[in-house]
Amino acid sequence: MQSAITDSNQNLVITEAAHGHQDHPDLRVFGLIIFLCSEGMLFLGLFAAYLTFRAVSTEWPPAGTPELEVMLPAVNTVILLSSSFVIHQADHAIKKDDIKAVRWWFLLTFIMGATFLAGQVYEYQHLEFGLTSNLFASTFYVLTGFHGFHVFVGLTLIAIMGIKSFQEGAFLGGKHYGIEAASIYWHFVDIIWVVLFLMLYIL
Amino acid sequence: MTQVIAQAPRAESFEPDQNSPKSNWREYFSFSLDHKVIGIQYLVTTFFFYLIGGALASVIRAELATPDSDLVAPELYNGLFTIHGTVMIFLWIVPAVTGGFGNYLIPLMIGARDMAFPKLNAIAFWMIPPAGVLLISSFFYGPSSTGWTAYPPLSILTDQHVGQAVWIASIIILGTSSILGAVNFLVTILAMRMPGMGMFDMPLFCWSMLSTSGLVLIATPVLAGAMILLGFDLLAGTAFFNPTGGGNPVVYQHLFWFYSHPAVYVMILPVFGIISEILPVHSRKPIFGYKAIAYSSIIICVLGLVVWAHHMFTSGTPNWLRIFFMIATLLVAVPTGIKVFSWLATLWGGKLRLESPLLFAMGFISMFVVGGLSGVMLGSVPVDIHLHDTYFIVAHFHYVLFGGSVFGIYAGIYHWFPKMTGKMLNEFWGKVHFFLTFVGFNLCFLPMHLLGLQGMPRRVSQYDPQFASINVICTIGAFLLAISTFPFLFNAIFSWIKGEKATDNPWNGLTLEWTTSSPPIVENWHGDPVLTTGPYDYGMEYAHEADLLAEPSA
Repeated sequence: MQSAITDSNQNLVITEAAHGHQDHPDLRVFGLIIFLCSEGMLFLGLFAAYLTFRAVSTEWPPAGTPELEVMLPAVNTVILLSSSFVIHQADHAIKKDDIKAVRWWFLLTFIMGATFLAGQVYEYQHLEFGLTSNLFASTFYVLTGFHGFHVFVGLTLIAIMGIKSFQEGAFLGGKHYGIEAASIYWHFVDIIWVVLFLMLYIL
Repeated sequence: MTQVIAQAPRAESFEPDQNSPKSNWREYFSFSLDHKVIGIQYLVTTFFFYLIGGALASVIRAELATPDSDLVAPELYNGLFTIHGTVMIFLWIVPAVTGGFGNYLIPLMIGARDMAFPKLNAIAFWMIPPAGVLLISSFFYGPSSTGWTAYPPLSILTDQHVGQAVWIASIIILGTSSILGAVNFLVTILAMRMPGMGMFDMPLFCWSMLSTSGLVLIATPVLAGAMILLGFDLLAGTAFFNPTGGGNPVVYQHLFWFYSHPAVYVMILPVFGIISEILPVHSRKPIFGYKAIAYSSIIICVLGLVVWAHHMFTSGTPNWLRIFFMIATLLVAVPTGIKVFSWLATLWGGKLRLESPLLFAMGFISMFVVGGLSGVMLGSVPVDIHLHDTYFIVAHFHYVLFGGSVFGIYAGIYHWFPKMTGKMLNEFWGKVHFFLTFVGFNLCFLPMHLLGLQGMPRRVSQYDPQFASINVICTIGAFLLAISTFPFLFNAIFSWIKGEKATDNPWNGLTLEWTTSSPPIVENWHGDPVLTTGPYDYGMEYAHEADLLAEPSA
C-alpha cells in the first residue's frame, strides 16, 4: 500500500513484515532489553527470598551442611566471564560484515559455556547434599539450577545463530539482530552468575 | 502542548473504503496478528471467563443466603471462592483492561499501524484460553481451595495436590502472557508514536498503559518466582515455605504481595485511563489537569511497588515495618485524589451527554471513591488489625475491582463499541443495564461493610445466625447483579449483528482512533494519520492558531 514509505526506509532495518509491511525501525533489541529487565526481576525475587531465609535463620548454612568447594565454581566463573568478552568480539565482527569471524567467536563461546555447564553438572554429582537436605541445599539447587537453565537457553541461541549464519545473507553488517540478541542474552546470563556466585559461595 | 500542524483536511483519512474487511467471524478464531482482532479476542474471551466467575459467585452467594452450609459441601465452597477470585483477577480484569483495551486502542491512539511485535502479541493472547481451561478443569479433580492467595503451609499441605499444581501452572502461564504483553506496550508507546507526537501529546490512556506495563514488567516475575518455589514445595518435597522443614511461610507472603498489590494497580490504572478518555468526550470539555493526571499514574506506579506489606499487618510484621508500609499506603491516596478531583473538575460545568458511557464512568467515580476511602481505613494499622479477614475486606476490594474496574470496563465498551464493531449499542438497554448493575452492586456489597465491622469472617460457608438478615440482602443484590449482565450480553450480541450503523465518529471525539473508519481497516489508516488538534481540545476553536503564537503548557 505504502511503497513510498518502504523506499524511504531502505537504509533502516525493516523487520520481517509479519502482516503487510512495517514501516518502523527494528525495535527488537529494545524489546529484548525490556524483557531481560523482567527476567532480572525474576532472579531478584529469588535472590531476595534467599537473603531473607539467610537473614532470619539463626545459623546459616544450617548446622551439618557440608562445606562448599569453591575452587571449581571459581574456575567456572572465570570461564563464563571471559566468554562474555569472546562473544563481544562476534558483535564487532558482524558490524564489519565478517561472518567467518562471527562463527569462530560463537564456536569459542559455545565451548566455554558448555564447559561451564559440564563443570556445574560435575559439581552437582560430587556434592554431599541433595535438593531436599535442608533449606540451604534447596535454595542452592534451585538458584544454580535455574541459572543453569538460562545458560542452556543461551547456548541454544548461540547454536541456532551459528547454524543460521551458513544461510546466504542471513546476517549482514546492517542486519544482525539474531547475533546481537544472542550476545545480549549471554551478557545477561553472565551478570546473574556473578551475583549468584558472590551470594552462594563467597558471602 | 506541541502540535503537528498539518493542513490536510481530516476528512481525507476516512473516505469510504473498499478494502475494509468484511467482518469475518472466522478471523476472530485465528492466529491473527492484527492488534484490533487481538484486542477483541481478549475482550470476548475474558468476558466469557467473567460469566464463569460470575456463575461461581452466584453459587457462593446462594450458599451464604442461610447461615448453615446447606447448598454445597464446605470443601467445594473453598474451591468455588478460590477459582472465583483467580478467574476474576487473572482471566477477566487483568487481561481485559491491558490486553483488551490496550491492544485495541494504543496503536490507534498513537497513530501506529500495529503493535511493535504483532507475533508476540498473538502468542501472548493464545496463552490465555489454555490457561483458563486448565484452571477451570480443576473442578473435575478437586480445585485449589486456599483462596487466590495460595498461602503456604495451607497450599502445600493440601490434599488437592493436583488441583494446586494446576493452579500454579496456569498462574505461571498467565503471568508470562502478561509480561509479553507489557514488553509490547512499552516498546510501542515509547518508540512507535507517529512523527510529531510527543509524550505529552498522547491521550491519557497511553500514559496509564505505560505505567501499568512498567508495573507488570517489574512485579509479575516476582510472582513467578514465588510460584516456582511453591511448586517445588508442593511437588519436590523442598521446604522453602514449610516451617517444619526450616522454611518460612512469611517469605511467600512477601513475594506474593510484591506482585499482587501492584496487580491491583494493573487492574485499575488502565481503567483510570479509560475514564480520562470518556469524560472529556461526553462532557465536551478539555480534560482538567492533563499533566497532573499523567504524572499521577507514574507516581501511583512507583508508590504501588512499596506498599505490599499492608496485606501482612497481622502476619507478625514488625512494628517499624508496619509504620513504613502504613505511611506509604496512605500516600497512594494523594495521586489517586488528584485524578478524582481532576475528573470532577472536567465534568464541572460541562455539557453532559448522559448516555451509557458517561453513566458508567460516573458510576465508576462514585463507587471507586467508596472503595478508595475504605482502602485508606484499611491502610491504617489499628483498623486493619480489627478488620483483617472480615467481610469489610470483601466489601472494600469489590468496590475497587467491581465498582471500579468492571464499571470502567463497561464504560469503555459502551464508548468504543461503535469503533470496534461499526454498530451502535442500544441506548435504552444500556441504561437498563446501568441501573440494574448500579443497584445490584450496592445492594450486594454495601451491607458487607456492616458485616465486616460486626466481625463476620470471610472465606467460610457457615456463619453465626446473627448475620443472617444482612446476608439475605447481599444475596438478593448478587442475584440482581447476575441478572443485570443479560441485558448487556444480548444488547452486545444483537447490536453487533444488526445494530444501527455507527458513523466514524459518533461521539465527536478528538483522539486519533475516531479519524479512521468504524471498524478501522487493516493497518488503521489510508495514508498517514494527521494530528490537527490535541486529544482534548474541546470547545477550543482557535486552539490551532493559538499554538502558532505560543507554546502553551499542556
